[in-house]
Amino acid sequence: MSLTTAHSVVAPSSNSKRIAGALVVGYALISIVPLLWIFATSFKTPPDSIAYPPKIVFQPSIEGYCNLFTTRTRQTPEYINSLGPATGFCDQTVRKRNMVIAGQSNFLPRFVNSLIIAFGSTFCAVFLGTLSAYGFSRFKVPLADDLLFFILSTRMMPPIAVAIPIYLMYRELGLSDTALGMILLYTAVNVSLAVWLLKGFIDEIPREYEEAAMIDGYTRLQAFWRTVLPQATTGIAATAIFCLIFAWNEYAFAALLTSGTAQTAPPFIPTIIGEGGQDWPAVAAGTTIFLVPILVFTILLRKQLLRGITFGAVRK
Amino acid sequence: MLNRTADNVARATPEPLAKKIRGISDKGLAWLFISPTILLLLAINIFPLFWAIYLSFTNYRANRPNEVVKNLGLANYRRILGDQDIWIAMQTTAHFVFWTILLQTVIGFTLAWLIDRKFRGHAFWTTIILVPMMLSPAVVGNFWRFLYEPQIGLFAYAVSFLTGIPPTNVQMLSNVELAPWAIVIVDTWMWTPYVMLICLAGLRSIPEYIYEAAEVDRASNWRQFWSITLPMALPFIMLAVLFRGIENFKMFDMVNLLTGGGPGSTTEVASITLKRQAFESWRTGYSSAFAIILFVAVFGLANIYVKALNKVKQR
Repeated sequence: MSLTTAHSVVAPSSNSKRIAGALVVGYALISIVPLLWIFATSFKTPPDSIAYPPKIVFQPSIEGYCNLFTTRTRQTPEYINSLGPATGFCDQTVRKRNMVIAGQSNFLPRFVNSLIIAFGSTFCAVFLGTLSAYGFSRFKVPLADDLLFFILSTRMMPPIAVAIPIYLMYRELGLSDTALGMILLYTAVNVSLAVWLLKGFIDEIPREYEEAAMIDGYTRLQAFWRTVLPQATTGIAATAIFCLIFAWNEYAFAALLTSGTAQTAPPFIPTIIGEGGQDWPAVAAGTTIFLVPILVFTILLRKQLLRGITFGAVRK
Repeated sequence: MLNRTADNVARATPEPLAKKIRGISDKGLAWLFISPTILLLLAINIFPLFWAIYLSFTNYRANRPNEVVKNLGLANYRRILGDQDIWIAMQTTAHFVFWTILLQTVIGFTLAWLIDRKFRGHAFWTTIILVPMMLSPAVVGNFWRFLYEPQIGLFAYAVSFLTGIPPTNVQMLSNVELAPWAIVIVDTWMWTPYVMLICLAGLRSIPEYIYEAAEVDRASNWRQFWSITLPMALPFIMLAVLFRGIENFKMFDMVNLLTGGGPGSTTEVASITLKRQAFESWRTGYSSAFAIILFVAVFGLANIYVKALNKVKQR
C-alpha cells in the first residue's frame, strides 16, 4: 500500500474487500436457502413437493394453505359431482383430489393461542421488568448484585428440569393446559431478560432529569412516570420484542405442559399430517405464516439485536 | 450537584411535608418495584426447584399419584451415577456441545472478521445472515427433517449432486454414523450468526490507533492478527462460547423434532433422556435427581467460566 494514495494505513485494500464481500455474500446465500425452500414448498402441490429431483421451477398452488386451515375427507367422484358448484378457491382445489372440506383444522386456534400467550406474557414480563430495572438502577438495594444474579440464574435451568415440578404444581392448581399457566411460566422465564436489558437502558438515562423533576415538586413516582418512562420507550419496545420472540418460539414447555385447548403453534405444526405421511406443503405453509412476524421483528430490531442476545452484556 | 440540592431541599422541609412531597420513601418504593418480580420467580422457579429436590429423594411417580411415596435417601443419585445410559447421554451431549461450539466459533469469527472489512452492502448481508437465529428452533428443526429426507430432500440432493453418492444413500437422520452430525449441522446453521454478531462487536471495539501504531512498527498482517486482533476480541469470543455452551447443554427442541433422540439413542442428548425418563417412563423421582445434577453442572461450569472471562477482561 503506497503512502500517497492511502488515507488510513490500516484501511483494507479494495481487493481484500472484494474477496471478503464475495465470501460473506456466498455464506449468506447458502444459509438463506433452507428458508427460501420453506417458502417455495408452501406454494407447491403435494406431488411437486416430493418430486425427484427437487423442483425449483413449479406451478404455484395454494393447496398447502388450503390443507393447513381445513380438514378434508375423501369421497367418490359421483358424490362430489352430486354436490353443487364449488364455493371457494380451496373448495375447488380440494375437489380435484377427490376430497371435500370437512371442517376447520386446529391451526387457527393454535395460532391464536400463540398470540394470546406471547402477548400476555410479554406484557407481564415487561411491566414487572421495568419496575424492577428502575428499582435496581436508581436505588441502593441490599444485595443487589446477588439478586440480579439470582434473577439471571433462573434462566440457566434446563427447561425440562423446570417442567417436571411445574407439571406437578400445575396439576395440583388446575393450571395444566391453560393459557394462564403458560402466561405465568413465560413471564417468569422472560422477566430475567427484561430486568437485565431494561436495567441497561435505564442506567443510560441521566438521573438529573428525575432529580430536576422532583425539585419541581413531582414525587418519585411521578418523576418515574413523566421523565423516565418516556425516555425509556425505545428500550422498552426492544425488550418487549425480545420477550415476544422468545414466547412465540418456545417449544419445550409448550410441548410438555399443553396438549389441547392451550396448545401453541410450535408443538402443533410438526403434527400436521396428510394422507400417507407428512403433508409437507401444509407444514411449510404453517411454518411460513409462523415465521413471517419474526422476520419483520428481526429487521426492526437489528440495531438492538446484540444487546438482546447477550442480556445487555455487550452494548456496542 | 443536583443530588446535593435535592438533599438540602429534603432536609429543609418538615418531616410530614417531605413525606408528602416524596410520596413513598425511596426504600419503600424500591421494594415495591422489585418484590413482584422476586415473588414471581420464587413461585415459578424456586418453589418448584425445592419440590424437585424433595422428589429426587423419593420413588414418586407422577402417573401414580395415589401410591405411597417412599423416601430413598441418596439412592436415585447413586443409581444415576452408575447408570450406563446416563453416561452415554452425557457423552452425546459433550460431542454435540463441543462440535457445535467449535464450528460456530471458527465460522462465526471468520465471518465477523470478513464483515469488518466493511465492503459495500455489508450491513444488508449481515442482516440476512442473522435471520436463522431468530426463528423457532422447533419449527425450523421440524422443517429440516424434510430437507434431510434421503430421496426427496434438498440437502440429500445437494450432497449427491456434489459428491456423486446416490441420494437414497444420504440417510442423515436414520444412519447411526450421520445422525449426530445432522443435529450439529442444523445447530451450526442456526447459531453461527449469534457468535458472528458478538465477535463483530469485539472486532469493532478495537481502536484503530493500535493498528496504526503496529503499522508504524512494520508488524506484518499475520503478526497484527495474532497479537492485536485475536487477544483483544477474546473476551467477546469467550462470552459467545459461554452463552452457546449453556444453551446447547440444555438443547431440547431442535433435537427432539429432528431425531427425537434416534436412531436408537445415538442423538439422545441429556435433555432428551430427561424427557424420556420423566414424561415417558414417569420415573419422576429418578428424573428429578437427574435434573438437579444437570442444573448443578450448568451452574458450576458457568460460574467457573465467568471467573475465567473476568480474568481475560482485566488483562
